[in-house]
Amino acid sequence: MSVLVYTENWDGKFKKLSYEMVSLASAIAKQMGITVTALSIGHVADDELKSLGKYGANKVLNVQDNRFESLDNKALADAVAKAASKEGAKVIILAHNNEGKAIAPRVSVKLNAGLVSGVIGTPLSVNPFVVRKKVFTQKAFANIQIKSDIRVLTFAQNSFEIVENNVDTAVEVYDPQIADGEFNTKVLDTHKITGKVLLSDAEIVVSGGRGMKGPENWGGLEELGELLGAGMACSRPVSDEGWRSHEEHVGQTGKMIAPNLYLAFGISGAIQHLGGVSSSKVIVAVNKDPEAPIFEAADYGIVGDAFKVIPQLIEAVKEMKTA
Amino acid sequence: MKILVLISNVPDTTTKIRFTGDNKSFDTNGVQWIINPWDELALTRAMELKEAGAFETITVANVGTQITESTLRKALAVGADEAIRVDAVPQDAFFVASQLAKVAEGYDVILAGIEASDYNGAGVGGMLAELLGINSVSAVSGLEIENGALKVHRDIDGGSQVLSVPTPVVLIVQKGIAIEPRIPAMRGIMMARKKPLNVIAPVDAESKTEFLGFELPAPKAACKMVEEDNAKELIRLLHEEAKVL
Ligand SMILES: Cc1cc2nc3c(=O)[nH]c(=O)nc-3n(C[C@H](O)[C@H](O)[C@H](O)COP(=O)(O)OP(=O)(O)OC[C@H]3O[C@@H](n4cnc5c(N)ncnc54)[C@H](O)[C@@H]3O)c2cc1C
Ligand SMILES: Nc1ncnc2c1ncn2[C@@H]1O[C@H](COP(=O)(O)O)[C@@H](O)[C@H]1O
Repeated sequence: MSVLVYTENWDGKFKKLSYEMVSLASAIAKQMGITVTALSIGHVADDELKSLGKYGANKVLNVQDNRFESLDNKALADAVAKAASKEGAKVIILAHNNEGKAIAPRVSVKLNAGLVSGVIGTPLSVNPFVVRKKVFTQKAFANIQIKSDIRVLTFAQNSFEIVENNVDTAVEVYDPQIADGEFNTKVLDTHKITGKVLLSDAEIVVSGGRGMKGPENWGGLEELGELLGAGMACSRPVSDEGWRSHEEHVGQTGKMIAPNLYLAFGISGAIQHLGGVSSSKVIVAVNKDPEAPIFEAADYGIVGDAFKVIPQLIEAVKEMKTA
Repeated sequence: MKILVLISNVPDTTTKIRFTGDNKSFDTNGVQWIINPWDELALTRAMELKEAGAFETITVANVGTQITESTLRKALAVGADEAIRVDAVPQDAFFVASQLAKVAEGYDVILAGIEASDYNGAGVGGMLAELLGINSVSAVSGLEIENGALKVHRDIDGGSQVLSVPTPVVLIVQKGIAIEPRIPAMRGIMMARKKPLNVIAPVDAESKTEFLGFELPAPKAACKMVEEDNAKELIRLLHEEAKVL
């Protein structure tokens, strides 16, 4: 019996998210007295696969099959479910990101398993199996029991600390034998975001709202973002107005993010905005209105003009870096 | 081609969330119900495609009790042609998907939202596709239909893609599928009263998960304020106190 964790790779590399997931899988496996199997699909070098052992993966299933590059939801779900059956998986963990969210529900039906998505941290108990997640778009927590014998979870990024836990890892080449007919989506075009810190990966996020007045005023924010190695975000009206790309829109109807530090400039803090950012560890708000609701969600704040504060912050960060 | 848009009935996005005494269930007292924002955008796109000739009629479906009828009427007022309500308390995603699997047969395109804004289950669309044994595409941010062929835009982790995918298919939609949701006009509201809203009995299906209880987050400590001309102090606090820089 095992906990199966589907570790996605990005151009052959694992990310912090992958290690968080293996760490979580390892903690659950300990609670249940079973082992951890990681499933990797795509071209990943043996050394990289073995690195999962550092976080507790006893075995790594290595699937190398170019057909999966189309990310066909049906075929991927089939592969994950087959690996789960082969490994006698009691718990299957996928990421709560675009790929994980797409395939987890399908996997759960195939395995007759209950699904909880966006799980934070380890189960409260494994018998009965009870997990915790945020509901009402970050406004509350819920404890949910999964009643089936097999459980599928999607894991909310940044909700479990990486734990090193070296074990011996066996890498096993695995072919789930998916028929050609299962691959039905054809990719016509792929656009990858390069050269920028991805919002979903960013530890620090610099965000601007309507208080920034116009797209021509983002220079300071971008400079600050670059200094901090931050991802860039914005409120919905900013992307609706076309001041910034839709990819930067965070909130209930945009991206949900959970960085260590979220810096909000000229954002009022509407409930729908907070729905996407309130899982951030530390929130900083700069707003000229002392009554702005963002200050109720923030940990640190400055009541003031963003245009005066941003250049000072840039200077202070530069000083901190040289100190 | 036939299109089905799934409609989840959720509290208005500004609702103050409260739970009943023992924190066992959501307190629906005084709650305004709306169409889940993603479903509203899905319906909007369905209408644009219908106007462009891709579909003759738009059907919407919901699994819910009588409470959800005003939400379904709203979908009809926005422009759906007929509504189906499976008369049951939605127990969990698998239960709901099992009900919808009976309704969804025969449709070429089924639109679901990426998650319902109440329990954020992110499950129904994918489960439905699996139960029907058909393809699904998730994180869909655009849909075009030309001569019956689908061109689907979707987000992947770290980028986006354009796909062609055969029908029948479940498309699980998010931001971008439509820009502004349509709101019902007076005429639409009048017409909606005459449109069919069929209530059907649920099938036997199990739920696999159960909510044990809810909790509101602990009240946040007061925000620590720094003077406008002292940004340096803010950086110091973030570095030394919060340790996030
Ligand atoms: C169903 C639904 C879903 C929604 N989803 C989202 C979502 O996902 N994300 C989202 O962001 N919004 C969302 N919204 C919109 C949300 O309700 C707010 O309208 C929006 O977040 C406001 O954006 P804002 O804070 O940038 O602008 P505003 O509310 O206009 O706030 C601008 C702020 O800037 C301050 N300001 C002005 N000048 C300065 C200055 N020089 N220096 C410092 N501060 C200044 C002002 O005091 C003000 O607080 C949604 C709404 C609905 C109904
Ligand atoms: N009770 C329901 N009736 C009809 N459709 C639903 C229902 N619940 C969820 N859906 C659909 O599934 C999507 C995702 O919901 P969920 O999986 O509950 O987060 C929603 O946006 C709807 O399109």
